[in-house]
Amino acid sequence: MLMMGAVGLAIARIRDLFAVSMLSGIFSLIGAAAYVVLDAVDVAFTEAAVGAGISTVLMLGTLALTTRKEKMGGGKSKSTAAFLVVAVTGAVLVYGTFDMPRYGDKIAAIHHHVVPRYIEKSGEEVGMPNIVTSVLASYRGYDTLGEVFVIFTAATGVLAILGRARRRREDEEADEGRSGTKEIAS
Amino acid sequence: MMHRKVVLRVVSKFLIPPILLFALYVQFHGDFGPGGGFQAGVIFGSGFILYAILFGVDMAKRVLPPWSTRLLLVVGVLTYGLTGVAGLLLGGNYLDYNVLAHDPLHGQHYGILIVELGVGITVAAAMITIFNVFAGQTGGD
Repeated sequence: MLMMGAVGLAIARIRDLFAVSMLSGIFSLIGAAAYVVLDAVDVAFTEAAVGAGISTVLMLGTLALTTRKEKMGGGKSKSTAAFLVVAVTGAVLVYGTFDMPRYGDKIAAIHHHVVPRYIEKSGEEVGMPNIVTSVLASYRGYDTLGEVFVIFTAATGVLAILGRARRRREDEEADEGRSGTKEIAS
Repeated sequence: MMHRKVVLRVVSKFLIPPILLFALYVQFHGDFGPGGGFQAGVIFGSGFILYAILFGVDMAKRVLPPWSTRLLLVVGVLTYGLTGVAGLLLGGNYLDYNVLAHDPLHGQHYGILIVELGVGITVAAAMITIFNVFAGQTGGD
């Protein structure tokens, strides 16, 4: 946690975006390690693969398209206002955690709603040794379907915005090429 | 892109097949260990992305042309959705896998396997598509 905080501070301070994207990858990797400590192996898996791997690559791809230096903008008043908003939100979030049950508390609400049923019955009803999988794909099939659609929508959105622009540029280049050859021909 | 990085190219050539194999392992072993469609799809996609980073997007597109990833994107979502519809047609609820086989447990097993495959295909195709589009902006160098 301390390391995550340190990396977060470094991300906020550093102006070189290349270093920032690397640091955010490191942040995700530490986060994945934290999930392993909390016994959430599936989540850690995803965090390591998506957070540390893919999103870093995508950020680097974006940096290659734009620039690797952060533009300094905004006055002092702007940054003070932003700091106030962040501080208040953070304070509210921390205040909210006071009501949460302690980690590993056996009378916590999360252990009493549907979880005992999943743990006791999923072996008979679904027959999967990994309860996470049976909850994800069977009991919560609709949620997972929704997530798949979210990913699908993300990809089609990126295609619709960036894929189109690329094609138009190619068309223009092709047009220029054609007019160029025409000039040469004439 | 990186034509002179011999070490990186050789090491990645050794690494990419195990990465893809590991993705398949995560995909089909998700019933027993940690993992599943999402993780497998991301790992599979990152194997291709590693290839594209080292050997250039054009080489990667020769292995897996853009139309094929777009097709796979749709195939993945449809696999998931149609598994639900198959449950409907066989007399169950939407996404009810019990009716997919004679034994409800087997039905659940098949259902989860197919659905996770759909998830994996979608995620892998989405990752490769997004990366290709991002990297293709610079002109594929």
